[in-house]
Amino acid sequence: MAEFSLPANSKVHAGKAWPAPSGARRTKTFRIYRWDPDKGANPQVDSYTIDLDKTAPMVLDALIKIKNEIDPTLTFRRSCREGVCGSCAMNIDGTNTLACTKAIADCEGDVKIYPLPHMPVIKDLVPDLTQAYAQLRSVEPWLKSETPPPDRERPQSPAERQKLDGLWECILCFCCSTSCPSYWWNGDRYLGPAILLQAYRWIADTRDEATGERLDNLEDPFRLYRCHTIMNCTKTCPKGLNPAKAIGEIKKLMVARK
Amino acid sequence: MAAPDKSLRSSLGRVRGLGSAKDGTMHWWAQRTTAIALVPLTVWFVVSVIAHAGAPLAEVKAWIGSPVPAVLMLALVVAMFQHARLGVQVVIEDYVHCEAVKIAALLAVNGAALLFGGFAVFSILKLAFGG
Repeated sequence: MAEFSLPANSKVHAGKAWPAPSGARRTKTFRIYRWDPDKGANPQVDSYTIDLDKTAPMVLDALIKIKNEIDPTLTFRRSCREGVCGSCAMNIDGTNTLACTKAIADCEGDVKIYPLPHMPVIKDLVPDLTQAYAQLRSVEPWLKSETPPPDRERPQSPAERQKLDGLWECILCFCCSTSCPSYWWNGDRYLGPAILLQAYRWIADTRDEATGERLDNLEDPFRLYRCHTIMNCTKTCPKGLNPAKAIGEIKKLMVARK
Repeated sequence: MAAPDKSLRSSLGRVRGLGSAKDGTMHWWAQRTTAIALVPLTVWFVVSVIAHAGAPLAEVKAWIGSPVPAVLMLALVVAMFQHARLGVQVVIEDYVHCEAVKIAALLAVNGAALLFGGFAVFSILKLAFGG
């Protein structure tokens, strides 16, 4: 059956608390999920209270400050710090988003930070994305063409190119897939919104010649049709994209070719 | 997601699994079309029942047995049981992960839909043809 409660070794306990630095006038508490695979203990939530007057505005800035100045064992992924790499995707204040584009000021009360939901955790805020990357590879996200390549670029009309807008911007942060209950329950077989949006990016590309083959590969009660239009994906996407619409377009093409 | 097992199979091999079932589109389409069909059919049914409230039994039996109401009732019953069957099947596939329990539940739901639907269809036909 679906998992409606956490297994005993996953129950989250209260952890260590670091108090506000002395003299701080404007403080904020960050309650952060911690789990260390080497300790063999249950996960815990540590709280760090920091001085906002000495912190840059984004949640990622706070995480880096905590790691640099308070607790160097805090583990998380980050790279570009400007919303184009997708590394710092995590669950902040109950919503999957990028720590680098989420302002601390937009969080009411304590800032609660957890790893992306329902993925195996490697350590602290670092989820294991092996399965998601394998699913991406399974949709073969590259141009497939049998026509011999032209001497120059493969042409597209402006209208054809426009079909890729809202698709190419995806940075594969997996905020959407890990917000989807259907992906939580059946992520071993359902491809999830991120991968289906990527699949549609190539189905919608007029330069690609493998559209039918791509649809064949997706036509499956689990791979595609576990999407029940819950819309969490579109609601949470930190890039403002609409994976649910991309999935809807795939379903329309499936009917159109019947 | 299930906890990673001890299999040494590559993750791509696991994801590709048994391949695409090349199925599911007609299931999805039938669920949508029956849903759309049920909107006017249900409205017609509710309005008709209210219109016949308090009417004598013989009059109601004669009404259901006449051609247009009988055909609409048949359409309502078939669309309703088909829609319910398809919907509950999706719920079972979503949440029941033990293969044996899943197959038993799917058989039970489909069997029940067939039996109860068949019973409803028979009842309408009996009113139409047998009185």
